[in-house]
Amino acid sequence: MKALVLHLGLLAVLLALHFVLPAYHHGNLARIMVLASFAMGYNILFGYTGLLSLGHALFFAAGMYGMGLSVQHLGLSAGPALLLGVLSGAVVSGALALLALRTSGVAFMIVTLMFAQAGYLTILHFSEWTRGDEGFVLALAGRMAWGVDLSDPNARYIAALMLFGICLMLSLWLVRAPFGRVLVAIRENEERVRMLGYDTFAHKLAALTISGTMAAAAGAAYGILFGYVGASFAAVQYSILPLLYVLLGGAGTVLGPFIGTLFMFYLIDLSSGITTAYMLIAGIALVLLTLFAPQGIMGELRRRLWKGLP
Amino acid sequence: MLLSVKGLSKRFDGLHAVKSVDLDLPEGEIRALIGPNGAGKTTLVGMISGRITASAGSVIFDGEDITRLPAHRRIARGMAYTFQITSVFARLSVAENVGLAARRHLHGAKARKAVAEALDRVGLGARAEQEAGDLAYGHQRLLELAMGIVQHPRLLILDEPTQGLSEGEIEAFQSLIRNLAQETTILLIEHNMRVVMALADRITVLDAGRVLAEGTPEEIHANAAVQAAYLGGGDAQTG
Ligand SMILES: Nc1ncnc2c1ncn2[C@@H]1O[C@H](COP(=O)(O)OP(=O)(O)OP(=O)(O)O)[C@@H](O)[C@H]1O
Ligand SMILES: [Mg+2]
Repeated sequence: MKALVLHLGLLAVLLALHFVLPAYHHGNLARIMVLASFAMGYNILFGYTGLLSLGHALFFAAGMYGMGLSVQHLGLSAGPALLLGVLSGAVVSGALALLALRTSGVAFMIVTLMFAQAGYLTILHFSEWTRGDEGFVLALAGRMAWGVDLSDPNARYIAALMLFGICLMLSLWLVRAPFGRVLVAIRENEERVRMLGYDTFAHKLAALTISGTMAAAAGAAYGILFGYVGASFAAVQYSILPLLYVLLGGAGTVLGPFIGTLFMFYLIDLSSGITTAYMLIAGIALVLLTLFAPQGIMGELRRRLWKGLP
Repeated sequence: MLLSVKGLSKRFDGLHAVKSVDLDLPEGEIRALIGPNGAGKTTLVGMISGRITASAGSVIFDGEDITRLPAHRRIARGMAYTFQITSVFARLSVAENVGLAARRHLHGAKARKAVAEALDRVGLGARAEQEAGDLAYGHQRLLELAMGIVQHPRLLILDEPTQGLSEGEIEAFQSLIRNLAQETTILLIEHNMRVVMALADRITVLDAGRVLAEGTPEEIHANAAVQAAYLGGGDAQTG
């Protein structure tokens, strides 16, 4: 109950901010909410199931290109295109799960990295369709949903908030449901879970598919809301980013991905205003945080203040 | 026969840990499995539960050949397995440990009730909210036991459950097992001969991967070969 109030409270605050934030931060926050949705998907697999993927850019890109290509080449509008993006994320992550989950640990990291790299190269290879490295600006039709122009900052913010809210409440429900608690148990001791009679492979398969589908939803939304689809979103940085967000905010906490994304986004934003060596400042801040709050911001909060925080 | 094992063998590289073991376990029996350290007891029950794949032989459970089934499907058919080396979820609460075991077949309030009952039965009711890793070793053994009994298995496999328990706790354990025996069949690996003699309907003695003897506690007690194996092993006390 307390947890539900906290998470709904955050959504209420974000809605209130819509009316008061100056344009610059308003735009930032919309972006942060979409990236945080990406990170929440990552957190299902890494934070709750204990599987470290280095290939989530593949799912983000699967959503973005599933959406973008269907706008460009099929002329779909934002709603159906988003759906296609989510669907391609589900298919890609389910297929990858079947292959990659035969491995574990470091091998799993390498296999996911390789597949994501293959996905990136595929996008470059079919440049006739994808416009390769250069990418493409999304046609206006793809930014319209039921008569609403999603390139408008106000509509964009509300759409981002809706995506974020769905991912947040879905995560909260999932990790407290019996299914999610089996995932946590797999993270803690997989063999014991198996010997309690659970099909751990099926659980990990579902976790990876849910995780990838959420990442794809974020990727598709990112393309629609910010109007650009490009291969850089399939590159390895976009596999590392959600890992960083989740580690900073607190792996295995529902709010962690948002807090981590917010923190990292503004850390880079503020330090780049001060010096050109902003990556150095960001790096130092990260090192400090991992030294003093190794479980991330929300993880530390849970350890010190609220043991039951989901 | 609830469980029927035929010619079960296990080779670890060069080591022949279990050598063509046959074992029949009728419904409702408490069967003790004893033998010196390294005799192959854990390996044998590992193959029965599916945790370890057998090199040869077959396992029939409740009339069906389950040799090819993965562990989780064997468990789902009504086996419960407790680990010799305590393997609880250290960072989860005691109640959640048992809850995970219960929720495979129960949901919501029913699962919570079953968890509370199982914890009371093993005497951990007051520690439900503690982190499992903070429990004393003996209490972690009892938690393992609670995770087994909450599944209401048809066959309960216990691997040295009394290790680390105090005298008083062993007494309580014995009456719990007698109680459980009315609802389930029990395969009990145990080094404490006093517990074995008090509980077992029949005893199977394993030595160097082979069945050395099988019989009632009286027969086993009088068996010269068993005495010799144990005098050689020297770790089990006769009671
Ligand atoms: N995974 C493994 N790899 C190699 N050898 C193993 C493995 N597991 C067990 N063994 C060996 O197989 C033999 C039987 O081991 P097992 O654990 O079944 O004996 P046990 O009767 O349970 O002994 P204890 O009373 O000490 O628990 C031992 O020699 C052991 O070292
Ligand atoms: Mg053993």
